Amino acid sequence: MGKTIAEKILSNHAGRDLKAGDIAICDVDFCFGQDGTSSIIIDSFRKLGVKRAFDKSKFYMIIDHSSPSPNMGVSAIHKKMRDFAKEFEVGMYDIGCGVCHQLIPQKGHVTCGDLVLGADSHTCTYGAINVFSTGVGSTDLAITLASGKNWFKVPETMRVAVTGKLPKGVYSKDVILHIAKDIGSNGATYRSVEFYGDTISDMSVDARLTISNMAVEIGAKVGLMEADEKTLKWVIEHSRKEPRPVKADPDARYVAVKRYDVSKLVPQVAKPHAVDNVADAESLTGVKIDQAFVGTCTNGRLEDLEIAAKILKGRTISPGVKFIVAPASTEIFLAASRKGMIDIFVKSGCMVVAPGCGPCVGTHNGVLADGEVAISTANRNFKGRMGNPNSFIYLASPATVAASALEGRITDPRQFKTRLS
Amino acid sequence: MKHFARRLKVQDNVNTDYVISGRYKFKIQDPKELAKHIFEDIDPDFAVRVTKGDILVAGENFGCGSSREQAPQALKSAGFYAVAAKSYARIFYRNAFNIGLTLVECDTDFIDDGDELELDTDKDKLRDVGKGLVLDTKPVPKLMKKLLEDGGIVEHFKKYGGFRLE
Repeated sequence: MGKTIAEKILSNHAGRDLKAGDIAICDVDFCFGQDGTSSIIIDSFRKLGVKRAFDKSKFYMIIDHSSPSPNMGVSAIHKKMRDFAKEFEVGMYDIGCGVCHQLIPQKGHVTCGDLVLGADSHTCTYGAINVFSTGVGSTDLAITLASGKNWFKVPETMRVAVTGKLPKGVYSKDVILHIAKDIGSNGATYRSVEFYGDTISDMSVDARLTISNMAVEIGAKVGLMEADEKTLKWVIEHSRKEPRPVKADPDARYVAVKRYDVSKLVPQVAKPHAVDNVADAESLTGVKIDQAFVGTCTNGRLEDLEIAAKILKGRTISPGVKFIVAPASTEIFLAASRKGMIDIFVKSGCMVVAPGCGPCVGTHNGVLADGEVAISTANRNFKGRMGNPNSFIYLASPATVAASALEGRITDPRQFKTRLS
Repeated sequence: MKHFARRLKVQDNVNTDYVISGRYKFKIQDPKELAKHIFEDIDPDFAVRVTKGDILVAGENFGCGSSREQAPQALKSAGFYAVAAKSYARIFYRNAFNIGLTLVECDTDFIDDGDELELDTDKDKLRDVGKGLVLDTKPVPKLMKKLLEDGGIVEHFKKYGGFRLE
């Protein structure tokens, strides 16, 4: 019987033939931690008593969650990471470099066919470039750092086909929110999801990363896409590693098949306090906002900033709205600057903060007050996510966030139709 | 030791940010300190009601969201003997067994806060003493049982110098 992408990549890394349900020890091509998880990675690694990392070039630590440090507790953790990197001669992206899920593919650490573990739940992002990548906890990561291996249960696979040309003002973020609404936050738990269809093929790599990034929000272990010409061009531009693209067999076994025609989809918004609590943007136009945020591992890429900048150009945001922009990496920041986007943001009243997670995880850079409402391009809107359990977070595309910031309330971006790409 | 149910007000889709908020987990390294703040955003008085040996009772998809191991660590440090839920998110599931926190999967609707519970992980049974009910818990995979026996994945790894799945 044929195999899914997950079955093939895990088989390749176990050195034996695997099918869904099998448990196997696999070799891992790359692993990493960020500043919310690395402290325990370091503690667990030291408890293991090993003298060195399995391969110094295959592990990185990234400081992105609180970057630069907002308090003494975080500073102590950052210092602990720097000291460990020095002692064990492992790589590190320090404050200001960007978000781990942008840096890892952009800096060429991963390529098609790789098996990757990250101590961060959104590690599933690189599924969009045909990498089996998934999030684990810190101790799991420490085991891999010591041995280069970990145990994997081969997941069953759900096939999701997305077809139809996206209407103007509707983006990959709207597609994945629409899918989350249908499948639910628990609908793909422990499964691999494979995304197919002409809508996906038409998308840029940036846009595809947004979809795979949110696979974990429907419970999935990984959100995989096949490598096409666009993918290969992108990975070859970014990485010196030889890509080993993996396709599913035509007779692969799927536990479920879902189809979405998105040709009539309208802008989507996830309401507080759950990612699958999704409604059409136009049904929420009465909701006033206090803060807007464009950035994160979901939507902090150049294309995302471009979409927001086009809507903002030459206008000022609604009085009283705080608008924060966090480019996902230094390179994106510089590219946005070269294209004049940083000027547009600042002149329209936005604050551009250091590349990193920004206010998404509620440690700094725009913690909400009691009763405040934010609209954000992030992937989670759990109660308290942005630092205050008495605030309200809506999730949307960069276009919807920018349009909402101009109006001071949730706004369907199709209202600015001449400014949409 | 006797075990008592500590039932969460919110049952389904309790994410790891609700277990321990980002306000604390990014800056506090001591699990005992984190344990004082568990479930603060959804049930502010919860932490003070927990006594050593309690079993946490939840619904579907417990532990979804972020991968942070501070979540199971804080539960363990708070004194929980085990968690009983209808289902778990996958990263939390791995993390809990890795650090030696027992998870059981079963129908939890019948369990009330404060019920005395008996857990038999060999026979995969959970008994509500007062109600006289015995529930089958979903068998824990062999590998997970092995990790628990060894006191977590770090100890397992040290004992065998690698993985010993059988």
